[in-house]
Amino acid sequence: MIPTPDLSHLTRHDLEQVYDPAEDTFLLLDALEQEAEALRKERPLICLEVGSGSGCVSAFLGKIFGQSSSLYLCTDINKHATRCTLATGKQNKILLDPITCSLAGPLSSRLCHAVDVLLFNPPYVPTDTDEASSAQSSADIAGSWAGGIDGMEITNRLLQDVECLLSPRGRFYLVALKQNDVPSIQSRMLEDFGLTSQVVIERRAGREFLLIIRFARTAHSGSGSTS
Amino acid sequence: MVRLITHNLLACHVKGCTTNNFPLVFQDVQVELQVAEFNPDFIRNMLSRLEWTALVNAAKQVGDTSLPPEQPDMMDDELLQKLHHVLMEIHVTDGAMVCQNCNHIYPISNGIPNMLLAEHEIG
Repeated sequence: MIPTPDLSHLTRHDLEQVYDPAEDTFLLLDALEQEAEALRKERPLICLEVGSGSGCVSAFLGKIFGQSSSLYLCTDINKHATRCTLATGKQNKILLDPITCSLAGPLSSRLCHAVDVLLFNPPYVPTDTDEASSAQSSADIAGSWAGGIDGMEITNRLLQDVECLLSPRGRFYLVALKQNDVPSIQSRMLEDFGLTSQVVIERRAGREFLLIIRFARTAHSGSGSTS
Repeated sequence: MVRLITHNLLACHVKGCTTNNFPLVFQDVQVELQVAEFNPDFIRNMLSRLEWTALVNAAKQVGDTSLPPEQPDMMDDELLQKLHHVLMEIHVTDGAMVCQNCNHIYPISNGIPNMLLAEHEIG
């Protein structure tokens, strides 16, 4: 069993400004642990977590692959979050490389078909559009949950870039809520980008029914590459 | 921390800035060295995803001139060690990265680059 990263360095002040890891975070950790063996075999070089918040998930990924075998890039729109991400890396002896920006922002052109493991625990709570966009522009803790219509407005923006970011054998893990309409996300990603997907784990947590979806290229488009 | 491995993967993303927007140029930097575990396989495999000339120039900007201007065909252990140092152990803690095309300044403070854009700059 891979231990949950140590977050004891985060203060109450930090957790007023940054999303405190909760059931959704832990479900993503459980999914990654379940997939650890298969992921290690792929020898991932570049991992990118969008919306890293406390840094808990990337630190966990670092424990799976080891400090020196991958690069752990982390982005968050909230500058308190990137500060916490850096600190959580240090606390857990995994060097995380945080960048304050929206989604994959300044990385997307250079990381074209280069990300081996892409993670996104998005703001998935359904709200109105205004609430989601004002949360994004104020770049504070509300940006970690306010998801707009169907809780999908921010997620949809990243979904447009996923195929471009993923390396030939790359995998993308997305946290979703049942209300986000998971079958529709899956069929859209297949039709628009040829990415196949599978729900790897699901759990009811209080009022929320949470799922982790894994996306990858189809066997055909991913094979043939020896690099 | 802005390490040179990360810097090599960042481009200016201001709306409409699509040519000559990479690499960003370091300005007024403060640098810290931190020893990291050497993994020659990682460095060797990572090279295909990096831009050599951009790396050599970025290294110069932070005061390291150990890399040859052209990427050698053969990577011996000595060169991999140098690359490891340049990519993984040099941390830019403060300063800025500037786009050569649109002159947008991305500040770096306490080891974190701020690459947020204003509303009108988002593509």
